[in-house]
Amino acid sequence: MNSTQASPEQALIDQLVQQHAGEPGALLPLLHAIQDKLGFIPASSVASIAQGLNLSRAEVHGVITYYHFFRSTAPGKHVIQVCRAEACQSCGSEELWDLAEKLLGCKGHETSTNGMYSLEPVYCLGLCASSPAVQIDDKLHARVSEAKLTRLVKSLESAV
Amino acid sequence: MSITVFVPCDSAALAAGADEVVDAIHKEAVARGLAINIQRNSSRGMFWLEPLVEVVTAQGRMAYGPVAFEDVPSLFEAGFLNGGLHPLSLGITDQIPYLAKQQRLTFARMGITRPLSLDDYAAHGGWMGLQKTVAMDGAAVVQEVLDSGLRGRGGAAFPAGIKWRTVRGTTASQKYVVCNADEGDSGTFSDRMTMEGDPYMLIEGMAIAGLAVGATQGFIYIRSEYPHAIDTMNTAIALAESSGYLGANVLGSGKAFHLQVRKAAGAYVCGEETAMLESIEGKRGIVRAKPPLPALEGLFGQPTVINNVITLASVPIIMAKGASFYKDFGMGRSTGTLPFQITGNILQGGLVERAFGLTLRELLFDFGGGSRSGRSIKAVQVGGPLGAYVPESQWDVPLDYEAYAAMGAVVGHGGIVVHDDTANMAKLARYAMEFCALESCGKCTPCRIGSTRGMETIDRIGTATNKEQQVHLLRDLCDTMVNGSLCAMGGMTPFPVLSALNHYPADFGLQADVAKAA
Repeated sequence: MNSTQASPEQALIDQLVQQHAGEPGALLPLLHAIQDKLGFIPASSVASIAQGLNLSRAEVHGVITYYHFFRSTAPGKHVIQVCRAEACQSCGSEELWDLAEKLLGCKGHETSTNGMYSLEPVYCLGLCASSPAVQIDDKLHARVSEAKLTRLVKSLESAV
Repeated sequence: MSITVFVPCDSAALAAGADEVVDAIHKEAVARGLAINIQRNSSRGMFWLEPLVEVVTAQGRMAYGPVAFEDVPSLFEAGFLNGGLHPLSLGITDQIPYLAKQQRLTFARMGITRPLSLDDYAAHGGWMGLQKTVAMDGAAVVQEVLDSGLRGRGGAAFPAGIKWRTVRGTTASQKYVVCNADEGDSGTFSDRMTMEGDPYMLIEGMAIAGLAVGATQGFIYIRSEYPHAIDTMNTAIALAESSGYLGANVLGSGKAFHLQVRKAAGAYVCGEETAMLESIEGKRGIVRAKPPLPALEGLFGQPTVINNVITLASVPIIMAKGASFYKDFGMGRSTGTLPFQITGNILQGGLVERAFGLTLRELLFDFGGGSRSGRSIKAVQVGGPLGAYVPESQWDVPLDYEAYAAMGAVVGHGGIVVHDDTANMAKLARYAMEFCALESCGKCTPCRIGSTRGMETIDRIGTATNKEQQVHLLRDLCDTMVNGSLCAMGGMTPFPVLSALNHYPADFGLQADVAKAA
């Protein structure tokens, strides 16, 4: 790539870095801003973030990889989060998790080979009185039975 | 005149289909040529009834629930707009026993007001505490909070007033108020409900704290799993600022208090206060050694008040009605009320705000109505993933910080997770260690390595022939974790593990005497 011609992605990252550079404790807000726009934080952005915030690349890499929420690779078209914490376990979330793996064709923290689904465990969506809870993209679902999960995944398939 | 219908916008209502219900009501009303006014309120906290639809009638607000969008045509047929009877009728909302039996101080507005309406907030007692504060000396405000006996509602139960007094006593160019809204514990949602449902109450509490201790900047650290709470708080802060409740000149006092939301990124340990500070500073959320106390050297090295959402949200009513009013609730050194959260395998899960001193049995049966599965309740985890499992023999102990501590358990934030008799307590004990291994920040050895060794040892108790020695090892390891960890993550993970082992030895394949002897 010609270094004088930044890709649109890199231009966006540079712009966000500039926006956040003066802010105290800017790194997390900046990483959130990048992930909000791109869906993940490209490895290629680490150097410019480090330079813009006057940090070492190791510090930036350390933060990105420390927090579960930040991704270094693009997720599937749909992200399915199944809560596996105690209140959901008490109402069958482990069985639901196994079913999710089967329905989506991928394991936790993985993306299905067709690029459609990423399955993520989540430890509490704050819906503990209406467990088990699942989040599909931005939408929350409470009291998710196996039949309901099957229906929800089917509706994602038919929406394509 | 059009009839007002309320449908909550709390996450738990949305997850149960509240938006679809709103659409259906709107369509049905249009089709029937009826003028109605649909408003989105906060949730009453009776989650088994969500979406809970309320209609304003001459007798008061009438409730229907749980309403699915398919129920909407029949509700219209039954004349629900005039309070007509329907299989989903619940009568006058305020008279539903689950609500009528509560003592709602902090959650007084919950389900009644619209979250972002400044008018609703002011009309229901909002800003009275801040108005009083503005006219008082900061020291007197701190004294009021001290006198109320308010203790940290996030779990540690440290007296809030002492933290405030320490920060007030420092001299610094910049002080901070940080609200810990990293509500990561399973079985809790009172912080989420507050931020989504009554955001100005938290803003008011933080502004009072800021004025009292001389801090001009506040941060609310909200977990990334709570996007609705983040959106609501951001909007509420902007509205409060434009109305003079926040900003350079709070209510004309000449004093500044600015507030900002910081979004967390999914690390459980950032609920520990020093890890949270590191995270706000833009670093990995690694626990700091104490001292120095955050009250002296906290965020960016400056004196910092750190309180949980409910602690700060309890301050407005204390200031508005006085310390003695608040202190009259509760028992012993556990003063005031706690929003208990009944969750997991329970028929009537939700939020129950009551004074300290009621029992778990009352919560489980009088409010909760027993298990959701209909099976007998086996174990109840109180105080989150780091709290002990409480067996039936202890369900009559009053929920009071000291009474619970005396039996090796914690009241914590009042989160209660119910398990029925299908639960395997050895599996849950192993999960506690596994979760600790997954979420440990890695700074101290007992937590980082102890958690993994703990998992392995629990596995061996199940399979090995020398069970007694394995139990002995596990107890020894737990002792090291309790006494050698830097923070509650490693220091309290043994609570659920040992309580499971002590009260449910059969699940570990042990005779009671073997479990105890080792």
